[in-house]
Amino acid sequence: MPIAVGLEGSANKLGVGIILHPSHDTPTDPPSPHDSAHSDDGAFHPHSKQHSSPPVQILANLRHTFVSPPGTGFLPKDTAAHHRRWVVRLVRQAMKQAKVRLEDIECICYTKGPGMGAPLGSVAIAARTLSQLWDKPLVGVNHCVGHIEMGRAITGAENPVVLYVSGGNTQVIAYSAQRYRIFGEALDIAVGNCLDRFARVLHISNDPAPGYNIEQLAKTGNVLLELPYAVKGMDVSFSGILARVEEMAKKLEASNGSWLDPETNTSPITKSDLCFTLQETVFAMLVEITERAMAHVGAAQVLIVGGVGCNERLQQMMGIMAEERGGSVYATDERFCIDNGIMIAHAGLLAHKMGFETQLKDSTFTQRFRTDEVLVNWRD
Amino acid sequence: MTEPTSLSLSACSHLPIPFNTSPEPLELIAQGAESLLYKTTFLFPSQPAALKIRPVKKWRHPTLDKRLTRARILAEARVLVKLSGEGIAVGGGGRKVKDPKKGNGVVGGMRGLVPAVLGLDWEGGWLVTEWIEGGTVKEAIYRVSRARTMGGSGVGLSGDAVVEELRGLLRKMGEVVGKLHACGVVHGDLTTSNMMLRPFGTASPQSSKPEGHDEASAQLSTGPAPDVDQPKSTSRSQTSLEGDIVLIDFGLATQSVSDEDRAVDLYVLERAFGSTHPREEELFACVLDAYAHGEGSGMNGKAGKTVIRKLEDVRMRGRKKSMLG
Repeated sequence: MPIAVGLEGSANKLGVGIILHPSHDTPTDPPSPHDSAHSDDGAFHPHSKQHSSPPVQILANLRHTFVSPPGTGFLPKDTAAHHRRWVVRLVRQAMKQAKVRLEDIECICYTKGPGMGAPLGSVAIAARTLSQLWDKPLVGVNHCVGHIEMGRAITGAENPVVLYVSGGNTQVIAYSAQRYRIFGEALDIAVGNCLDRFARVLHISNDPAPGYNIEQLAKTGNVLLELPYAVKGMDVSFSGILARVEEMAKKLEASNGSWLDPETNTSPITKSDLCFTLQETVFAMLVEITERAMAHVGAAQVLIVGGVGCNERLQQMMGIMAEERGGSVYATDERFCIDNGIMIAHAGLLAHKMGFETQLKDSTFTQRFRTDEVLVNWRD
Repeated sequence: MTEPTSLSLSACSHLPIPFNTSPEPLELIAQGAESLLYKTTFLFPSQPAALKIRPVKKWRHPTLDKRLTRARILAEARVLVKLSGEGIAVGGGGRKVKDPKKGNGVVGGMRGLVPAVLGLDWEGGWLVTEWIEGGTVKEAIYRVSRARTMGGSGVGLSGDAVVEELRGLLRKMGEVVGKLHACGVVHGDLTTSNMMLRPFGTASPQSSKPEGHDEASAQLSTGPAPDVDQPKSTSRSQTSLEGDIVLIDFGLATQSVSDEDRAVDLYVLERAFGSTHPREEELFACVLDAYAHGEGSGMNGKAGKTVIRKLEDVRMRGRKKSMLG
């Protein structure tokens, strides 16, 4: 049966997912709502009435996150140790939840890269072990392609421009001739990294995620301070913005409420205002390059994936932009936006169906693995 | 870019002052991600002009929107004014400003090769420039390409002659980019749609009354709809590649003399050319050759060759960084 296990651990989340692709050859009755992954979530109903392939079934999707104390980030060594500590428990639980027999499993998929070396390594070892233990082929998956394919499967977006925004990646991607081509990207740090590191300076909690807590604070901010704005064509740069906003954060701590809104000169600047300023600025940059890519390739659909893609303000801004262009925005919730095992299982199974396999001797991991290196031969 | 539509035709009330009172509807020429391009007249009914409007982006914070619109309109206008040499002396030939032979001939070195600025308003978000007659280089190459496909039949030109004409055009492209760089500006978005081929004799010195714009307006389109070529273009020579190349759309231009920026500028053109004109791709070397040799008093030989060497590096890394986790 086309069932795959996916293991993800490129950053501080360890994910295990088990997916079933209902087979194409057996013309089945129309999929009941219980078949599809998205049916249990009314907000993200697929817009595709005629999806080219039958909907995928998510049998299990578990995640455990390594949360570091406020003011710190997650270090590779500690993160890898976290993944090693949890991977067996998570796989056991996923298998139990999915209720699949070993002989039904077609392949073991794991994140080959890009990501942090040490956590990737510990998960690759787990995948190799499972593959040897159960005598199943291995499939190494590009993390970014996993995000894109899962986003497409969940939302039903056919051929969208993809904005992939997370702690490690910022890319605007469009599909062309069996590759996901990168039209624009961050030239230095990723947008999520910019948000995370800003959160550290202000000692904002990393639980459940620094970006989430910034988003909540930003909801009560309303003063827009001036930050650099670095868009170059379809590329963006965040390091200068981070440096500036970190300065502001330090100024805020030192000011003790004496730093007043430059416009009104009455109300003091707050943490919330800084969060608001940062979000408004970096999201405007992201929407701008996405719009440029959409104009370039003539697309009206846009799909947001990656951890930062959960942010509702980003989704709202993108929605207004897409609407102005006569299109629509597709986004998923935290189960699929944030790193997870199911997307690795999904993309791996797509590749495996096309005959792709990773031999044991090649089952390495890599910190550098560009999205456009993958031959996407499962799409036309 | 989407195809020009008839969106503008009913009323002008959505346009900024003073264009909202235009008695005749403005013709929407092109719509990009950032801006709308209209054909209109400015100050005199006889002066055709290109109106570029940067509409308010509702998705971004109004303060940020105002700030960006203002900065971008001013930056674009400043570059154009600098290039047309309005009272500004421009250094030449890259870093070696004192090169005695070629580089120094470029005071206002792009005069007539970029549209002149006629007016702007950063609050209203608009910039009006001189109207450039002719069609885009992209359309011209498509036209010639079609003639090549038909084996030059009925045109009285052999395939070889057509290729020679194309080479000439490409050399002119290299020259004009060289001149631009020698003036200390990189364009940022060089494509064959951002180059106009203006027939000789249709340049309009700003003060004098422009001529021949009414009959040319029929064939004007900077929009990406090259395949709707009117039948009337066949009445002219199929391969008329004569004229000056005029660079347009400086929305992404920056002032820079670094080899890296110049090389990226050429790389963007190379990639855009390859994807727009795959059949002519092997001729692109002519552009670089003309650029490197500083033809038409562009980059002087040495500076031009340095940039071409840098271009090799840029090609190798594909403009992009190697991706970190």
